[in-house]
Amino acid sequence: MVMLEVKDFGKRFTSHHQNTTRKAVEGISFSLEQGGFIGIVGKSGSGKSTILKSIYRTYLPDEGEIWFDSERFGRLDLLKAEERQIIWLRKHEIGYVSQFLNVMPRTTARELVEQALLGMGETPGAAKIGAERSLRHFDLDERLWDTFPNTFSGGEKLRLNIAIATVKKPRLLLLDEPTASLDHQSKLKVREVIKKLKADGTTLVGIFHDLEFMEGLCDGVYDMNEKALRGMPEVQR
Amino acid sequence: MQRFEERPLLEVENLTKQYGPGCDECGQPGRPGLIKNYCPSCGTVYACSDVSLDVFPGEILGIVGESGSGKSTLMQCLYFDQEVTAGTLTISDPELAGENLFGVSSQRKRYIRNHKYGMVYQNPVKGLRMDFSAISNIAEKQIAAGGRHVGNMQSAGERLLDVVSIPLFRMKEEPRNFSGGMQQRVQIAKALSNDPPILFLDEVTTGLDLSVQAAVIDLIKQIQRDLGISMIVVSHDLAVIRMLADRTLVMLNGRVIESGLTDQILEDPHHAYTQQLVYSLL
Ligand SMILES: Nc1ncnc2c1ncn2[C@@H]1O[C@H](COP(=O)(O)OP(=O)(O)OP(=O)(O)O)[C@@H](O)[C@H]1O
Ligand SMILES: Nc1ncnc2c1ncn2[C@@H]1O[C@H](COP(=O)(O)OP(=O)(O)O)[C@@H](O)[C@H]1O
Ligand SMILES: [Mg+2]
Ligand SMILES: [Mg+2]
Ligand SMILES: [Zn+2]
Repeated sequence: MVMLEVKDFGKRFTSHHQNTTRKAVEGISFSLEQGGFIGIVGKSGSGKSTILKSIYRTYLPDEGEIWFDSERFGRLDLLKAEERQIIWLRKHEIGYVSQFLNVMPRTTARELVEQALLGMGETPGAAKIGAERSLRHFDLDERLWDTFPNTFSGGEKLRLNIAIATVKKPRLLLLDEPTASLDHQSKLKVREVIKKLKADGTTLVGIFHDLEFMEGLCDGVYDMNEKALRGMPEVQR
Repeated sequence: MQRFEERPLLEVENLTKQYGPGCDECGQPGRPGLIKNYCPSCGTVYACSDVSLDVFPGEILGIVGESGSGKSTLMQCLYFDQEVTAGTLTISDPELAGENLFGVSSQRKRYIRNHKYGMVYQNPVKGLRMDFSAISNIAEKQIAAGGRHVGNMQSAGERLLDVVSIPLFRMKEEPRNFSGGMQQRVQIAKALSNDPPILFLDEVTTGLDLSVQAAVIDLIKQIQRDLGISMIVVSHDLAVIRMLADRTLVMLNGRVIESGLTDQILEDPHHAYTQQLVYSLL
């Protein structure tokens, strides 16, 4: 079953101040089966993040279609979905993770994960259990659970970020260079985390800058340069 | 595609509020000759022009815009402090359904205010009686909402002051002795005292210290989470809106010029004014 289908997608940014319009991407088409994982590769500025942010509707795209197989709404074009539908999908079906932890300040790690579950309508009791399970699953040190994440290391922030985004068991998870600022050891840990997600059947689209990281993880890559989907390339060693 | 059967709790269509008589020039569709919100021929101010919005159950809707853009006027119209010039308001509540509430009697408007609404004004002097004690301010609204049992009202009032972190030993004090942040918190407690399904918050954090601002923002989030109240939050501060609102409207010269998901408004603003607003923040 096709989970995500991007058709002739394009996005422009108009700056009124500079009086310019810039095409960030155009002519993007690919599709992704349920449980599949594709990586997007291409040089900086080629529009990789623009694609993910448009799927999540942080950007308002202006060309093409992005079809998503929603459990709640059936097959729908995310570009035309109502704002309230997008809010619902973000709470229940689509997760987005970048290297930045963008959360309410003064809220503990545990509360943040609990709130994601409460937002889906779980009872406080179920949210508590689910949050603890998720924090443990992603290997966040228990001493950190009741502290504020602004003091966490990059790797800890990222694992919390992933816990928040995945505790709702999204059908689709978008990963925008989550490992960008991590050391090798933390990257390996995150790789394990992503492996677990894939094993659980989550459909993933990710941007990573090293192919080595993606090897054995991604089923294929979308190359921004060729504008084509292809199998995982051999990693040169 | 399946339909989304969710319905708005509150719906406003083409709300217009003008101060002044209007003339042939500014009466034309689109009001071409205005300078900002002002007609140079007849001196009429269009504080709000054709504002439409909806608020869904449990949602926080943000409204941003520069000083004078019509935010407070809009809130005061919704709260029936001001008569609108034109427009409709509907609330999907069994007691109110199907009626344009801008057109109902003043008695019925009072009923809606007392039972369905909470309001926190930009200026605490408007929302509080500064010479009544904090707890009496709350009691006043409880009585208006039909409260009769003094003991119950007192304990509910104390609970609300506790929610907003006003120490109980100060509840008999008059709010004029309180700091700005405390006054706003008493206003919030008062606004909540009739268990309203709809809460209006006009610049609640403006003019407060950063740490007090943070506490008020946390309180609003907590109220939304625990009570599921629908809110309209007005602020000229995008940082406040970013933390609170799922969706945001941008106002300029009395009009809604852009609306969208809050992160979309902040990261991919379309209107020239919104771009200026967002980029000056960064
Ligand atoms: N009673 C009145 N008579 C005439 N004009 C008025 C009246 N009240 C408001 N206005 C005008 O309506 C416009 C909108 O005012 P309003 O107070 O709603 O702005 P605001 O967006 O809340 O601004 P701020 O951010 O400064 O609070 C302004 O041009 C104001 O001068
Ligand atoms: N919010 C934005 N406003 C204006 N231009 C943007 C915005 N986001 C991205 N762009 C532009 O779109 C192009 C693609 O950027 P991006 O998607 O971030 O590339 P990548 O992730 O591949 O490095 C770049 O030219 C970038 O400057
Ligand atoms: Mg990028
Ligand atoms: Mg105002
Ligand atoms: Zn005129």
